[in-house]
Amino acid sequence: MSKKLLLNKAHVEGIRHFDVYRREGGYASIEKALKMQPADIVEEVKKSGLRGRGGAGFPTGMKWSFLAKPEGVPRYLVVNADESEPGTFKDRYLMEFIPHLLIEGMIVASFALGSNNSYIYIRGEYDWVADILEEAIKEAHQNGWLGKNIQGSGFDCNIFVQRGAGAYICGEETALLESLEGKRGNPRIKPPFPAVKGLWGCPTVVNNVETIAAVVPIINEGGDEYAKIGIGRSTGTKLISACGNINKPGVYEIDMTISVEEFIFSDEYCGGIPNGKRLKACIPGGSSVPIVPANLLLTTAKGEKRLMNYESLSDGGFATGTMMGSGGFIVLDEDQCIVKHTYTLARFYRHESCGQCSPCREGTGWMEKILQKIETGKGEMKDIDLLWDIQRRIEGNTICPLGDAAAWPVAAAIRHFRDEFEWHVKNPEKCLTQNYGLANYADPIQVAG
Amino acid sequence: METVSNKIKVTIDNITVEVDPGTTILQAARMIGGDVTPPAMCYYSKLQGSGGKCRTCLVEVAAGSAADPRPMPKLVASCRTGVMDGMVVKNITSEKVPDARAGVVEFLLLNHPLDCPICDQAGECHLQDLGYDHGKAGTRYEFSRRTFKRIDIGPYIQLHMNRCILCYRCTYVADQITDSRSHGVIDRGDHAQISTYITKAIDNDFSGNMIDVCPVGALTDKTFRFKNRVWFTKPVDAHRNCTTPGCCGKATLWLRGDEVFRVTARKDEWGEVQSFDGKTGWICNTCRFESKQTSQWTIEGVTTISRHSVIGLNKYQTLNMPQETVKKVMHGVEPKLLMDIHSVSGVNNPDIHLSEIDRPAHSSDFKK
Repeated sequence: MSKKLLLNKAHVEGIRHFDVYRREGGYASIEKALKMQPADIVEEVKKSGLRGRGGAGFPTGMKWSFLAKPEGVPRYLVVNADESEPGTFKDRYLMEFIPHLLIEGMIVASFALGSNNSYIYIRGEYDWVADILEEAIKEAHQNGWLGKNIQGSGFDCNIFVQRGAGAYICGEETALLESLEGKRGNPRIKPPFPAVKGLWGCPTVVNNVETIAAVVPIINEGGDEYAKIGIGRSTGTKLISACGNINKPGVYEIDMTISVEEFIFSDEYCGGIPNGKRLKACIPGGSSVPIVPANLLLTTAKGEKRLMNYESLSDGGFATGTMMGSGGFIVLDEDQCIVKHTYTLARFYRHESCGQCSPCREGTGWMEKILQKIETGKGEMKDIDLLWDIQRRIEGNTICPLGDAAAWPVAAAIRHFRDEFEWHVKNPEKCLTQNYGLANYADPIQVAG
Repeated sequence: METVSNKIKVTIDNITVEVDPGTTILQAARMIGGDVTPPAMCYYSKLQGSGGKCRTCLVEVAAGSAADPRPMPKLVASCRTGVMDGMVVKNITSEKVPDARAGVVEFLLLNHPLDCPICDQAGECHLQDLGYDHGKAGTRYEFSRRTFKRIDIGPYIQLHMNRCILCYRCTYVADQITDSRSHGVIDRGDHAQISTYITKAIDNDFSGNMIDVCPVGALTDKTFRFKNRVWFTKPVDAHRNCTTPGCCGKATLWLRGDEVFRVTARKDEWGEVQSFDGKTGWICNTCRFESKQTSQWTIEGVTTISRHSVIGLNKYQTLNMPQETVKKVMHGVEPKLLMDIHSVSGVNNPDIHLSEIDRPAHSSDFKK
């Protein structure tokens, strides 16, 4: 059983309410932080090696230290709770069950960054979660942890919850800021980065929910202690939302030393594949990271065991590896059709493209149409090469990472499962009623066992 | 130590130019001019915040600056990337840029109806120029294109959304030049469209400038629609004493004979509205739509056109004749009358040679 830092109290009865949360040791990090210098808190976060949990994995301490601090200009902390990546639901779990952990982390981070007004931008579909957060903020206000002069420290802080209108693109930090300002959620062109010119033109830090929540144990236990958990540059614990063809879907807090194999097959975590089926492929970090077949998921190209952390999952680059991403762990068994799966994702990205820049706007729709053609048995061999060409011309040529996120799943599916695409083309009638199955991607464990 | 001039040096396609700090790569490239300048479909130097969207101006930055000479990992939008001292940019000399640009052209034309033969913009269309210069001859798209109904936005402007490439220029005009914004983008992705608020008409003295900034034929002048082809009309610079506040009164009249077919703002070599005394020369709707008599204008002279599009037909300042002759292309065969069907068919071969008949040929000239 690995150490839990975020969800260790999640199952205490009534933890959603302030009284219970405080009794269980909550809000202690604020008491400690308010006695520190803001710069020391940033230093502590730097020492912890915490990396952004939203998907990109950028070191949080570094991001905080980039924040411009011009005189007389307010600074803002914005928490990105627009968790819209298919397969990712870790932030919802955290906010729903222990909302005060996020509030606590936000107050500490606001103090460290000098933000007197901080925002939670939450996706519109999480309506009930937004209510829970607003209730928690009210309780924190009533108990003197928010508002003017928090605990007599002279620091003022308010937190506001803003509901989004249900657009995936508003999870991109600059689109989120546009939306928060009341405008159309189009990503901004960077530079300037939000750390210099963010919300209402002021320096802003945008962080994921889990990142901010992780600040609480960092302050409580110290950055060095936090850095001891995990391995290499993947420090601390990570929430993984597992779903797909597994026995026990749900949110798991792991330290990043366990192997992918253990995570999928051990009873402590996913509990294996149901109905005696075999593992075919997996998307380990939310829909936009490259899909990998079972053999490359469990071991790296070098033959080492792949671990659940940033470095190990991305080992081998996109040729043989994938990414940690946001931790949306989607498992596919032998009955799943990769072409249909890729088509579903392409449809999602086509629907969610903001339409601002041309490669993403036109390219996502084109890819969707070609994938639909192949999936419905009308595909031709040239379509597969065409798909590859389209994704290549989208990737890297767009304003925001949505273009890349739309291109990667298609690229990875063709890279690793090209014969399945070709089988669809060659068997236009069979592919409507049958699946390609495992072919040569059989996972080594089950074959041996 | 501070140098006397605070100009910074940037090298684009091996040509070095000195520019002020804060200049973008595209502006620096325009100072050099010619082939080095990346095309721009959405960027408009007179509209704040424009650019970055169409991705046609992508360039490769081979060295970020003298201080940090690392190359930038991705191609960057030159219209929104500021130059640094010692920056090295590759546009036409880059290996990646032409491919990426051809890709962008293909994407832009994916849902474009290519109805140039019936489009009023044909001949002065930036997308047409872009397609000729950077596109491929064919398309690999085999699905139906998105379509919209034509709508009138206001009494003077028609929106033909099928042709729109979503450059957002017109929304910036609505934002920055007209005093009440009722024009924007609705929906998202490839079904996004520019539109007015519900059915509210664009009713503003300066709304006509949207037509001038539109790079394609999506927004057209209803007083000019289908009246004439731009290359048949003759542009002349003219001015009048306009009483509308904010209107510069300087325009280009497009004449055929003595008739004024349309009035537009004066444009520079990049297709943007010219500036006069530091102010952008937007014109009001009275000048544009309601002043179509030559007697209302003082004509200054023929407009200088330096753009390379069809619009400049017979109006080039420097004309480059094609190098190849028919003889050369035909491998030494002399040109002959292409339409002389009798030389190839043998049917209806007349007794006399057609050139000997000094009137239109008649059936009686042919063998019965």
